[in-house]
Amino acid sequence: MTTDRSATAEQSLKLLRLISLELAFVDPHAQKPAEELRRLIAELEEAVAVHAPQAICDLAAAARSRVEVGPGVAATLDSNAIDRLHDWQPRMEEAVLAWSREPEARGQLGQASPTVQPVSSQPVSRQSEVTAVRPASPALKTHAAAATELFSVLPDDADGELMRLFCSESQDLLQDIEQGVLVLEERPEDKDTLATVFRAFHTFKGNASVMKLAVIQRLAHELESLLDAARRGAYRLDRRAIDAILAGADTFKRFIDEMAVQIEGTRVGQQISLPVAAVIEDVRGMLSAPQQPAAAPPVPPAAPAAAPAIAVPSAPQVAAEPAAITPRPTPAVVAEPAPLPLPAAASAGAGSAGLIRVDTAKLDGLIDLVGELVIAQSMVTQNSDLQAVASEQLARSLGQLRGISTELQRTALSLRMVPVRGTFQKMARLVRDLSGQVGKEIRLVLEGEEAEVDRTLVEELGDPLVHMIRNAADHGIESPTDRVAAGKDPSGTITLRAFHKGGMVFLQIQDDGRGLSVSRIRGKAIERGLISAQESLTDREVLDLIFAPGFSLASTVTDLSGRGVGMDVVRRNIERLRGTIEIDSVEGRGTTFTIGLPLTLAIIEGLLVQVGDQRFVVPTLSVRESFRPLPSMLSVVQGRGEMVSVRGTLVPLLRLANHLHIPNAVTDPTQGIVMVLEAGQDCRCVLVDALVGKQEVVIKSLGETFQDQQEFAGAAILGDGRVGLILDTTSLVRLKLKQAEAA
Amino acid sequence: MTQLSHSANASPHQSELAARPGKYLTITLGRESYGIPVLKVREIIRICPITRVANMPPQVRGVINLRGKVIPVVDLRTRFGLPAGADHDRTCIVVTQVAATVGNGTRLYGVIVDGVEEVAHFTADDLQPTPDFGGAIDTRFITGMAKAGDSVKSLIDLDAIAAAEGAALDTPTPLPPAAAP
Repeated sequence: MTTDRSATAEQSLKLLRLISLELAFVDPHAQKPAEELRRLIAELEEAVAVHAPQAICDLAAAARSRVEVGPGVAATLDSNAIDRLHDWQPRMEEAVLAWSREPEARGQLGQASPTVQPVSSQPVSRQSEVTAVRPASPALKTHAAAATELFSVLPDDADGELMRLFCSESQDLLQDIEQGVLVLEERPEDKDTLATVFRAFHTFKGNASVMKLAVIQRLAHELESLLDAARRGAYRLDRRAIDAILAGADTFKRFIDEMAVQIEGTRVGQQISLPVAAVIEDVRGMLSAPQQPAAAPPVPPAAPAAAPAIAVPSAPQVAAEPAAITPRPTPAVVAEPAPLPLPAAASAGAGSAGLIRVDTAKLDGLIDLVGELVIAQSMVTQNSDLQAVASEQLARSLGQLRGISTELQRTALSLRMVPVRGTFQKMARLVRDLSGQVGKEIRLVLEGEEAEVDRTLVEELGDPLVHMIRNAADHGIESPTDRVAAGKDPSGTITLRAFHKGGMVFLQIQDDGRGLSVSRIRGKAIERGLISAQESLTDREVLDLIFAPGFSLASTVTDLSGRGVGMDVVRRNIERLRGTIEIDSVEGRGTTFTIGLPLTLAIIEGLLVQVGDQRFVVPTLSVRESFRPLPSMLSVVQGRGEMVSVRGTLVPLLRLANHLHIPNAVTDPTQGIVMVLEAGQDCRCVLVDALVGKQEVVIKSLGETFQDQQEFAGAAILGDGRVGLILDTTSLVRLKLKQAEAA
Repeated sequence: MTQLSHSANASPHQSELAARPGKYLTITLGRESYGIPVLKVREIIRICPITRVANMPPQVRGVINLRGKVIPVVDLRTRFGLPAGADHDRTCIVVTQVAATVGNGTRLYGVIVDGVEEVAHFTADDLQPTPDFGGAIDTRFITGMAKAGDSVKSLIDLDAIAAAEGAALDTPTPLPPAAAP
């Protein structure tokens, strides 16, 4: 049974692929009988005849009747017929796939198979004349039964390069869609935005059809119809429609994300479950529910009665919204500045004019080369032979060379910088969803979105921001009644702000909610044993306790937050990016978190240290101090564990030369330099021979060969063109002392 | 005992011929001769200052700066268990492009060799499967043998060498020098 089924399905799918190939080559103007196509379809019909359910056989038969004028005689196909077959092919494929995956129990022979049953019994039956068979959309029939379906993500003949392009383009389109929809929520009549979002869906649909992603194409088509109706003024986008569009966009996003993963070669072939049919159903319901039943689909059912299955179940294109529909409640969230500068429209325009897409690998290659150029430049400038030449012109030229190289390097590095706008606007969506979930009215105000940070930083920032905004929405902002009682505006405000200051970029998340209660945090901290009741702490120190692991103020755990796995993770993430996080709160007035980050992760300031004949880079930020110890500062425990007394505190000493097996290094600490390295709360003294200098270095990855080692965080090209290794100070500090001594 | 387990490792390679006919860059390691598929070779550079990376297996000599890129360099002599020798004026680094173990990209990988001979074309007739050395030597990284005039070149599987380094940091199996021709 199972083998019959899978063999049938396999053969059918193979034939269907051949058919789709053949279809691509049929020339509607050729006026020649499509013999090959007829043969393939006939073969398909035979293949499914024995084991497949009736609905599938009907589908095949319908196609066959279209390509045959008499038994075994191929028809000449016009472009209309070819279009129908193009439409039929993915449906058939889905029907076969759905059938082949059906659980055994339901996979009885014959017509009983629910998955491919004709759906004329569907509640929205105004299209019944053209939808005699609409396979492979199980959820269409029962709203509740199947919320999601499984889909293969990659077509079998996936072309990696094309797929990658599709993914990256789709991500842009989806962002346009999401931003546009949020604008529409506020101003549903905005023509430009409507057009932009419509266009985005249309392009997306087109791309999906090129990639033969039938599922995506279908869903995009429905959403496009909805927007088309809105664009022509036939349907007013209400909250429900916005939700549906966002749900659709999310579905696409999950698909695209999964696809991106699979293109990279992991989880290949795994299927993803998506609520495609549910969304489609929703959209169709929306378009058909309030409309007069008279509204006929604009595309008349061109298919003759003999071939009902091929008729396109066209989505309703006209949907009249009766004026009687009550205006929907005003959305609780608006993104500010109030007239959003139509990001979707703007970026679509800019996309074609001023921006190009560049592979990040190429960009990194360019930055590498520019770095080399700067080194070569300084080698030329400092060349002793050249310096002996007393020529003013040479000196001027060299100066010019230096200026240009420096400028070039600055420009090259700035190529990696992107505005935080994208990340911020994702938060607009988040706040919108949250305000619905927690039943509060929350406005999100965005400031300084044009501030630029390193691309890698932007990616890493998303999670911490999401977490803090959730916190603000869930705990910070009070319920509207509480707010009114406190004499505040019933709708709360969260401000997300970015600005540059002193070579750092700062992000602030500010809410005007209830603020943090110092006494409550203190109470909780004592309760959890984080501090003792007698301890006297400043207010700021008390506030800092919320970053302690496991600390939670929420009395109840909600879906959103309150599990105590929060702020410590946020702080850890920020610190990993070499940033800082500070908290400011006034009880009753609100809380402000300020995150300070380096502009780029690509460059660090490093101290160059010498150990034996080798030089290493130590990130300056992790060096608390360095000094040449006096004999009185050194002590030994049990003959082995060396300690240095740093202002009265004993700190264990690690000899870098021993740890890294470097010969000919300074062995007497009083002849070398002790650096106090810190990582979080811990610190450790590290003995090196000498400090050589201070240098800004571009961090480069050491690559796969060295992925398992713990000692180095990366490499950098030093001033003389050699590679210097960057010490991983965190792992050095956290290194078990025993291990360090054994080394 | 150890030798037995070696031959078990090597046996799958002996039944079929993994090496393909085509152009090979022939190199020398000590008195032995080897071949690298020329399509894998990016460039050949003179030996340059190498930054040692601590606590790595002995064949990993360290990293070099190749025009702004940091790439690992591995001593093939040590990898194949040949007696170590000092670098000399014919020693060079063959920069190769090997498959990345994650994803389906490639990465640069430098190998130190004692000398570069020539680019030779080996036809299917020149190629032979790796013979069974009775477990005496490790043939995991050899895809086949090629006859070139009077001499025989062992064809190296660089992808396998690079992958073995990245994944497990295994130390090279010490091989009896007697196995050298």
